[in-house]
Amino acid sequence: MLRFLGKRLLQIIPILILVSIFIFLFVHMIPGDPARLVAGEDATIEDVELVRKELGLDKPITEQYITYMKNLFQGDFGKSLKTNRDVSYEIGERFMPTFWLTVWSMSWAVVAGLIIGVISATKRNKWQDYLGMFGAVSGLSLPSFWLGLMLIQLFAVTLGWLPSGGMDSWKSYILPAFTLGTGVAAVVARFTRSSLMDVLKEDYIRTGRSKGLNERRITWGHGLRNAMIPVVTMTGLQFGFLLGGSVVIESVFSWPGLGKLLIDSVAYRDYPVIQAEMLIFALEFILINLVVDLLYGILNPQIRYE
Amino acid sequence: MEKKVLQVRNLQTHFTSDAGVVKAVDGVSFEVGKGETLGIVGESGSGKSVTSLSIMRLLKDTPGKIAGGEILYEGRDLTKISEREMRRIRGNEIAMIFQEPMTSLNPVYKIGRQLEESIILHMKLSKKAARERSIQMLKAVGISRPEKIVFEFPHQLSGGMRQRVMIAMAMACNPKVLIADEPTTALDVTIQAQILELMKSLTTTTDTAILLITHDLGVVAEMCDRVVVMYGGRAVEESDVVSIFTNPKHPYTQGLLESIPKIGDRVERLSSIPGNVPIPAHMPMGCKFAPRCPHAMDVCWDKEPSFDKLTDNHSVRCWLHKEVPTDEPNLVGSSER
Repeated sequence: MLRFLGKRLLQIIPILILVSIFIFLFVHMIPGDPARLVAGEDATIEDVELVRKELGLDKPITEQYITYMKNLFQGDFGKSLKTNRDVSYEIGERFMPTFWLTVWSMSWAVVAGLIIGVISATKRNKWQDYLGMFGAVSGLSLPSFWLGLMLIQLFAVTLGWLPSGGMDSWKSYILPAFTLGTGVAAVVARFTRSSLMDVLKEDYIRTGRSKGLNERRITWGHGLRNAMIPVVTMTGLQFGFLLGGSVVIESVFSWPGLGKLLIDSVAYRDYPVIQAEMLIFALEFILINLVVDLLYGILNPQIRYE
Repeated sequence: MEKKVLQVRNLQTHFTSDAGVVKAVDGVSFEVGKGETLGIVGESGSGKSVTSLSIMRLLKDTPGKIAGGEILYEGRDLTKISEREMRRIRGNEIAMIFQEPMTSLNPVYKIGRQLEESIILHMKLSKKAARERSIQMLKAVGISRPEKIVFEFPHQLSGGMRQRVMIAMAMACNPKVLIADEPTTALDVTIQAQILELMKSLTTTTDTAILLITHDLGVVAEMCDRVVVMYGGRAVEESDVVSIFTNPKHPYTQGLLESIPKIGDRVERLSSIPGNVPIPAHMPMGCKFAPRCPHAMDVCWDKEPSFDKLTDNHSVRCWLHKEVPTDEPNLVGSSER
């Protein structure tokens, strides 16, 4: 178990190096000239070339990459071309808003999704099931920006109960977390339903009934834990996506998170910030996958770590 | 006559599908007394498993429903009581062992926990006492180092061990009736005998009645006091175990017995009953066995014979053993004893 963990953690290093190469190449392939953007529209060609030299952008791309990696291993992500502040500062400032928004969105979405999924699976083809799955399909098919705008219209503009955007108090979390979690809740509900319906056909469920256990105990105790593996996999993936920051939701609710930072950076060709963000997304996914793999072992004792 | 623990009277279990109603069990009756072992024999599709699931009222996941008849457990009709009362009987008064030991235990919980679940529920013991009881039960079913096994997961045990665990689980609350649905079919031949021996010894000490569902006549000879032979959802013959083997009356029973290989006989081919069990949706009009019966007469195709006593403990459903009616009316085939 510990060996497995150590091995998996070591594997992260080569993966990240590979990822960094791809990111570096792709970012430099974005059309547009950062030197021109930094120097300003009215700058002369000489000025632009001067800025280019200053930023090290005149050197061959391999040399740029090596310099970048050298700095990276010293914990230096470079400076933002736009604000001239450390990239680590820029990202650090934006990470926590996205992280908390993700945590709150996921929390309610997983709980709601599980409950809806379990009810739908146990009340198969009854009105509860139809209602639950109607909700799930709606949740999946409503575009999140539209849902966000409608919620702002209702709760912020008409009723005035909640702020329409920004991040000032706990109230600011409600609308974006609800909007962001809707799709996740729908996916979790659908996965839980189908997985649990399969599990409830298993022989050990019949054994449980033959012991005289009640349906609640059968479903939540014996059924759900066996049904959790696909649900955990899905939830992990969703968590990774949300941690990357939702560009759409953060724009709609003017949320100061990573998604908004990414959009701004791309618009400004802010190479160091884009690269750092991409690397962090990659790292998040790798770590989440590791956690998911460890959860498998807890859920199903037949799974062994080699 | 001593009182019977379990009496099944004219049980009807129907499956509803898009194609219509299928009578999987159609008017089956039998009784089991204290300490008695009753075998229910038949090919796949004869309705024997559905009968056992009906008694336990475990048809929930199937489109099946008990459509008529009575299941009397100590005089109470199990078809009439609430689900709540039924749960108090399941695993406590009537316990069940299934055919598939490999999949009948929950893979994510330790053996101990799965055993203790019903002990705590029905015997109202503390966790500690339940643990002791489960270790004691595991010992009783012949599992060595039971103190260790309670901490193991099902996948760490062999099929035979798992079936022993299932038996321990079923017997843990001292049930009065044990329903065993093909308990040895999925096991190695060498293990089969051990498991049967174990069931026998456990139930004689507690005077538990056994309802043994099987297609294996060898198992019947070994275990049972009485036998019900089922065909097409109906009982076709019932008697004590000796009469079934020495003096079978129904052509189907005779066919089953002839298809057992006999030691000492050198035959090129084993005898078998021609044809297949009828699909419940396409049951013959008259006797269900007529299409496969070597003695089928005209009357067999038209009318189903009733289930009648030949002697006090031997009943059969066959026209060969009764007067063929010369006159048409009111001799409807499905009338029961």
